[in-house]
Amino acid sequence: MDIKEFLDQDQKKDLLRLLTCGSVDDGKSTLIGRLLFDSKKLYEDQLDALQRDSKREGHAGEDIDYALLLDGLKAEREQGITIDVAYRYFSTSKRKFIIADTPGHEQYTRNMITGGSTANLAILLADARKGVITQTKRHTFLVSMLGIKHVVLAVNKMDLVDFKQDVFEQICDDYRKFTTTLGIPDITFIPVSALKGDNVVDISNRMPWYHGKSMLEFLEDVHVVSDRNFDDLRIPIQYVIRPTLDYRGFAGKVASGVIRVGDEVMALPSGKKSKVKSILTSEGDVDYAFPPQSASFTLEDEIDISRGEMVVHPNSTPHVERHFEAMLVWMDEKPMDSYTQFYIKHNTHSTKARIDKIKYKVNVNTLEKSEVDHFELNEIGRVVMTSTKPLLFDPYKKNRQTGSFILIDTITHNTVAVGMILDKMSSDKLHSRITDKEKEQIVKSGSLISTEEREKRYDQKAQTIWITGLHGSGKNELAYSLEKELFEMGKTVVVLDGKRVRSGLSSELDYSPSDRAEHLRRVAHIAKILNDQGILVICSFISPKESIRQQIKEIIGENRFKLVYMDADVEFCKKNDKYGLYKQADEGNIKHLPGVDEEYDIPVIRDFTIKSGENINIEEIVATI
Amino acid sequence: MNNYNLNNLRELEAESIHIIREVAAEFENPVMLYSIGKDSSVMVRLAEKAFAPGKVPFPLMHIDSKWKFREMTEFRDRYAKENNWNLIVHYNKKGFEEGVGPFSHGSKVHTDIMKTQALLEGLNKYKFDAAFGGARRDEEKSRAKERIYSFRDKYHQWDPKNQRPELWDIYNAKVHKGESIRVFPISNWTELDIWQYIRLENIPIVPLYYAKERPIVEFNGAKILVDDDRMPKELTDTAKMEMVRFRTLGCYPLTGAVDSDADTIEKIVEEMMTTTKSERTTRVIDFDQEASMEQKKREGYF
Ligand SMILES: Nc1nc2c(ncn2[C@@H]2O[C@H](COP(=O)(O)OP(=O)(O)O)[C@@H](O)[C@H]2O)c(=O)[nH]1
Repeated sequence: MDIKEFLDQDQKKDLLRLLTCGSVDDGKSTLIGRLLFDSKKLYEDQLDALQRDSKREGHAGEDIDYALLLDGLKAEREQGITIDVAYRYFSTSKRKFIIADTPGHEQYTRNMITGGSTANLAILLADARKGVITQTKRHTFLVSMLGIKHVVLAVNKMDLVDFKQDVFEQICDDYRKFTTTLGIPDITFIPVSALKGDNVVDISNRMPWYHGKSMLEFLEDVHVVSDRNFDDLRIPIQYVIRPTLDYRGFAGKVASGVIRVGDEVMALPSGKKSKVKSILTSEGDVDYAFPPQSASFTLEDEIDISRGEMVVHPNSTPHVERHFEAMLVWMDEKPMDSYTQFYIKHNTHSTKARIDKIKYKVNVNTLEKSEVDHFELNEIGRVVMTSTKPLLFDPYKKNRQTGSFILIDTITHNTVAVGMILDKMSSDKLHSRITDKEKEQIVKSGSLISTEEREKRYDQKAQTIWITGLHGSGKNELAYSLEKELFEMGKTVVVLDGKRVRSGLSSELDYSPSDRAEHLRRVAHIAKILNDQGILVICSFISPKESIRQQIKEIIGENRFKLVYMDADVEFCKKNDKYGLYKQADEGNIKHLPGVDEEYDIPVIRDFTIKSGENINIEEIVATI
Repeated sequence: MNNYNLNNLRELEAESIHIIREVAAEFENPVMLYSIGKDSSVMVRLAEKAFAPGKVPFPLMHIDSKWKFREMTEFRDRYAKENNWNLIVHYNKKGFEEGVGPFSHGSKVHTDIMKTQALLEGLNKYKFDAAFGGARRDEEKSRAKERIYSFRDKYHQWDPKNQRPELWDIYNAKVHKGESIRVFPISNWTELDIWQYIRLENIPIVPLYYAKERPIVEFNGAKILVDDDRMPKELTDTAKMEMVRFRTLGCYPLTGAVDSDADTIEKIVEEMMTTTKSERTTRVIDFDQEASMEQKKREGYF
């Protein structure tokens, strides 16, 4: 074959992403090394380097140590173990392969989940002498949870069991029994000797009883395209391309389904519909786009769709929900704190979410379920979650793309957990949207939202501005101009004045000293409740008695209470009296008007003094808020 | 009958475009590091495609060590102009004024000051919170485990123990002020993929990749091109015309040529498939110490 033919053929190959897992010393590195080596794609000088490295630090005497081909990071090499996911590339005349290589240590569930998340196929290694062991089961469980549809059990080290058929058959039987409940659609068994090369690339003549394919033949032939979902259109919008005012290209990866020019599509969550006008992929204008292409498309109508939204066909829509259940894998060194919120990234959409309830933890070795109140690194379990904004999702089993998410710690920004959304909707959402933990907190302290959180939201420090002064001294003008100023600054503020409160809340009370005390006590409690909600309160009341103002201050709390004194003499107030109260009092028609027949105590301690009649300078007060 | 098969190049391409769009959407101030090499050229083309028919919403930045091949800088300026790119060229001014170079200071000092330091300086100067790099996982053993989003602390350092798990195609773009992410959108491409794509898409590359008669001297065991008069005279005097090409491009005194008559992409690939030396062995800096790439990565280069 000449080079042009070679390149033309190479270009047409498809790509298979696979995961390899096994416990330590099962021969995984040897197998991969051999696949890479024997597929004759290793450059010769990489082999030179290999022989050099092998002499220096290899563990396999004078032979080439295939495992060394695969090591990367120095620190890991010094420890003699691989501790992360490494990606390997090789290709044959039929296919290209990306191997996600993950180690088998118990503590590295995290790595396997990571490597497996993009894989179409998993090779599990078993040592022929040991058969199906705990680790094999654990890996199988994880593979099935990740929705990997093709599993190969490579029964390795067949040379050490004299290539015996019954050993192999026994292991296959054990494995089949174990996997019946896991629902993996395609399982293949291959007896190999990674070290000697039997059944790795070529069929071995030492196991004539085996009639299947060699490992490499199998990998080349396995059919994976139909694993993709071409039915339910899901395009999470990533980016809107706007080169000119009248062009809007909605860009995103086709997660599933097929989009065609002329299709009626719907944007979610808005529900707006339009027709597809054009589709652009890397190959130019096309009639249709399918997964996993990155495309951009334009619509007939001018509708707004932004990042985080999703485009679908109207007859097949995803769930649009804030409540869902998921299998969660805890990935962080720091254990889960069930009270906190997380950032959740799901497709191209980011919002916040919390874990309402842990239904159970799965023991990955025994598959037994147990009750826990938090997860630690590498623990897996089923949870009930609530997100701040609705997610547009499908169950992970039906759609890997739209059923997966990651949780990010809001402080460290680490990816602390990953999740796969389950088919069944949460039954918990029906009767309660509050977690058990939160119920405890309500019993203890009431609201789940603290004053501090509210103040942060409203961007203000909640307090009560209490304005005292004689009737007609201009309290209300001050109160309402202050309110307007604060409102315009974007603050959340409420004014309470005598007229309003007395017309309803205190309607049965009169102006006698005892009723006045009760009236002001009520006002003080309302102010306190509002302050607790983070809201600014302005109170405008004559509140003539020092002792009562003292009580009010205690109710509201000293640090939230600011006293403003309207300094005005009775003469001024009389002139300014719009209701004619002074006249009526002077005539004896009404009683208990401070300044006339009732004492007004000028406040000794006050935060501000406003001289009535002069230009009111409210800036000083505003500045303290 | 519809064909929903995507060949390997188109699948890799789709993955890269998805990554590039994610970064543009989620970071405030991304930049694409442009080395002028073939991998960069592919990455740049992918960025152009990701935002077509619009303009790419971030700039290119080239860290100029001042010792690049002349043909590289010419190519860079022409490409950026013709393709309407916003190109930032940054170099270490202090190092340049002090005359730092590979002949006088050796490859290690030169690389540190004019490449690593210059890069960190450039990133700090413009406060980029994400920087695309054209590195690939199959380039070198220590890269096989690199994430697509590689987290860097505020000193741009890479800590192998502090990398975020990366699942599906959901990338965590959250960083605190000063921290950043190096993004490697062509992580999963192999060298052959790169050449295939250049061929398929007709992507222009620096002519140094193609074999030609060039003036060559022997320096540090490598075939070095006489590119300008900063090369010591006693070296220049030994120059001979040889039919060579370059497998990688960098600083001319540190980049060895190989004997070759491959003057087309097809011939280059043919040579590559049958070659006895892998690509990186022609780059002198790699021999400085065992696992040196990894060391450089920790320091912030790459
Ligand atoms: N006899 C025999 N030994 C093997 C075979 N495969 C691997 N080994 C040996 O088992 C040991 C562990 O292999 P390695 O590939 O490093 O295992 P890993 O930990 O799964 O990557 C090494 O000493 C290998 O040489 C095999 O098929 N037969």
